[in-house]
Amino acid sequence: MDTFEDTARRLREAFSSGRTQPAAFRVAQLEGLSRFLQENRQLLQDALAQDLHKSAFESEISEITISQGEVDLALRNLRAWMKDQKVPKNLATQLDSAFIRKEPFGLVLIIAPWNYPLNLTLVPLVGAIAAGNCVVLKPSEISKSIEKILAEVLPRYLDQSCFAVALGGPEETARLLEHRFDYIFFTGSPHVGKIVMTAAAKHLTPVTLELGGKNPCYVDDNCDPQTVANRLAWFRYFNTGQTCVAPDYVLCSPDMQERLLPALQNAITRFYGDDPQNSPNLGRIINQKHFKRLQELLNCGRVAIGGQSDESNLYIALDLLSSDLNSGGPECGLSPHMLFLKGRTWTPDSQILGAGVLGAPTVLVDVQETDKVMQEEIFGPILPLMTVRSLDEAINFINHREKPLALYAFSNNSQVIKQVLARTSSGGFCGNDGFMHMTLASLPFGGVGASGMGSYHGKFSFDTFSHHRACLLRSPGMEKINELRYPPYSSRNLRVLLMAMEERSCSCTLL
Amino acid sequence: MKDEPASTNLLTKLDCAFTLKEPFGLVLIISPWNYPVNLTLVPLVGAIAAGNCVILKPSEKSKGTEKVLAEVLPQYLDQSCFAVVVGGSQETQKLLEHKFDYIFFTGSPHVGKIVMTAAAKHLTPITLELGGKNPCYVDDNCDPQTVANRLAWFRYFNTGQTCVAPDYVLCSPDMQERLLPALQNAITRFYGDDPQNSPNLGRVINQKHFKRLQELLNCGRVAIGGQSDESNLYIAPTVLVDVQETDKVMQEEIFGPILPLMTVKSLDEAINFINHREKPLALYAFSNNSQVVNQVLDQTSSGNFRGNDGFLYATLLSLPFGGVGKSGMGRYHGKFSFDTFSNHRACLISPSGLEKLNEIRYPPYSSQAQKLLRWAMSSHSCTLQ
Repeated sequence: MDTFEDTARRLREAFSSGRTQPAAFRVAQLEGLSRFLQENRQLLQDALAQDLHKSAFESEISEITISQGEVDLALRNLRAWMKDQKVPKNLATQLDSAFIRKEPFGLVLIIAPWNYPLNLTLVPLVGAIAAGNCVVLKPSEISKSIEKILAEVLPRYLDQSCFAVALGGPEETARLLEHRFDYIFFTGSPHVGKIVMTAAAKHLTPVTLELGGKNPCYVDDNCDPQTVANRLAWFRYFNTGQTCVAPDYVLCSPDMQERLLPALQNAITRFYGDDPQNSPNLGRIINQKHFKRLQELLNCGRVAIGGQSDESNLYIALDLLSSDLNSGGPECGLSPHMLFLKGRTWTPDSQILGAGVLGAPTVLVDVQETDKVMQEEIFGPILPLMTVRSLDEAINFINHREKPLALYAFSNNSQVIKQVLARTSSGGFCGNDGFMHMTLASLPFGGVGASGMGSYHGKFSFDTFSHHRACLLRSPGMEKINELRYPPYSSRNLRVLLMAMEERSCSCTLL
Repeated sequence: MKDEPASTNLLTKLDCAFTLKEPFGLVLIISPWNYPVNLTLVPLVGAIAAGNCVILKPSEKSKGTEKVLAEVLPQYLDQSCFAVVVGGSQETQKLLEHKFDYIFFTGSPHVGKIVMTAAAKHLTPITLELGGKNPCYVDDNCDPQTVANRLAWFRYFNTGQTCVAPDYVLCSPDMQERLLPALQNAITRFYGDDPQNSPNLGRVINQKHFKRLQELLNCGRVAIGGQSDESNLYIAPTVLVDVQETDKVMQEEIFGPILPLMTVKSLDEAINFINHREKPLALYAFSNNSQVVNQVLDQTSSGNFRGNDGFLYATLLSLPFGGVGKSGMGRYHGKFSFDTFSNHRACLISPSGLEKLNEIRYPPYSSQAQKLLRWAMSSHSCTLQ
């Protein structure tokens, strides 16, 4: 028996009744989200610590504050965003009322991943709600603690006739996708993105896919190695490397590599101490399945920094590519309290909570393009350095691969930065820093090519979850003016009509 | 083409933030036969303006135009960046197996699904300009002749083969009685007493569609027109009455010179009827009372909406043209075309120095730094987004 059918019907009925249309309703929902974040701050931090061993600092800035910021932005701007957008008219439509109306699509499905389980669920949710949709949320079953809170606590803050949470693994998600939605927002791997888009095609459902890839990072000779190393290291090892926009690999000259290595070691030691394993500021990799994958990656090239693999502290790499829909089976969904590995039982101590396992901040050198670490998105605390002979070679290398979600270039010379920007393509780009562009709600966040389609954040979220309906309202009279267009056609009439239809009217405003 | 600057927060005040418009790369434009020049060239303008290379696949059904597009047009463009592919549905299927960086398709919802499924294999973004049945609500409070003129022109323009043409009318029985003679009036005025010989009336594109339309003439009762002539694919400007919701003419997009009138008891019934069906590409409402027009607008959804007239809004380039639901996804015309065919790349350029400012974000994390960062990230300028 498919109980989801009932849920979908209930939500659609609420939508058809016009419940979500008024600004007041949407404001109330957004305020509910705000209270959810504020009243459950500690609970959320604990859950994030449990799932990913996120420090309070990282939870704060990459999950809670970002989500809160989006809610606040939407609350401040909702009425302005909802307003009909007037557009310039031509001579033929001078007396008409011409505008674009933003309408909700209806029933929206948001499928979220496990790496930033709060952020990547709530930020799209803000957009969907602000735009007036009813929403079904499908959080990741892999980040179990957050999943529980989203399923049990969050609904209390929202109108449950317009909002529901669906739970389950890949099988349940596949079944969910058989239903018809009016919009699907998916964050996850390209592999699963294809599955989602194919399912959406059956119902002609529009989609936004926030995917991933290997984000290149070009480091010019003309830069300060320590500054670059600080920035590289922080953005690479933040959340134990499990960030879709983290620098995935570095391209630099052999000379630069020599200067970067000690600087990276410096940064890592400064950030995580001599014994990163026991640093409270280093997170954990989410589960065992990817442990094997990451461990394998450690065999590529040569380990220049880190690379420790401790039996009692497992390095587990999580493959974002396969986790969302393909992970199944007990070994991927670890119980919060116990982990079995090779017959040994691991029980959490006070520092290492829950199921997460540690990966040492690692830097690899001497990697080949054909090595596994250069083939798949790393999604872990491993940074390969690849040497190139010139900027041109680096740009060529980048352009022969799939367009990434993010692209980075470090140089004191702004011309170099401009060149990398001008000669490559990616979802987002940052010169001389890591993924700070993500924190700016005034920039559209999204991929291109295999790294995704569509974008969101801030007003872009509202626009993504809205249908932009072109409206032209005419007065019912003045039929005489229409005489020009009716048959029997004449070339004189045609000339006059063409002139009236022309784009340029008396006002000089650009479109 | 200009970069669009973006506002910054406190953390990024010293940075340069902007959105860069980039071409996707290789764009495929598949166009239909009903406006074969317009629906090929207008997307082409957007794709070229955005800097893409383009492959055009014009419809093989509009043979005259296909030939001109394949043989004459390339002479005007740089052929290293532009190509035309010709063929039927089989060739198009094979074409869709290749990877493109963007696909722009105008056609039926049925084929739209095929295109989107093919695009999904390569994660290719798409715009689908599809179709449906465009409802037209006619209020009691209006001048029947004015409405009939407008209805008739937009219905029979291009022999009804327009994706945004009014497809069927919803009105009260009383209004229907007033509309019928007015429609006859308009048709006679536009096309004469013998429309078949009017130079101003087009023809149905081919035999397959002719037969399809001929069958639709059996639905309900012919109130005006109803004549057909297979020898020159002629179907008279026709108005049907007494149609049922289950009739074929109320099930599929008509795409021909046939206008069914369906009676409803109230505005609410009309709106309910509309909302129980797929969202159309266009929706029309005629009334002297602007409240009525606004009510229809507020209580329905569609790609586009027009009060008191037909699809001339399509010529206003400041309005986005596209569908919703089964009538399509994405939009174009004017700047919307340029934006459709561009990747909007978010860019942030930070200074390479000033590392001291970054210190607060690095581990070992401290709660003071945490508080400071939280505050800086929540900062916003006074301007609205």
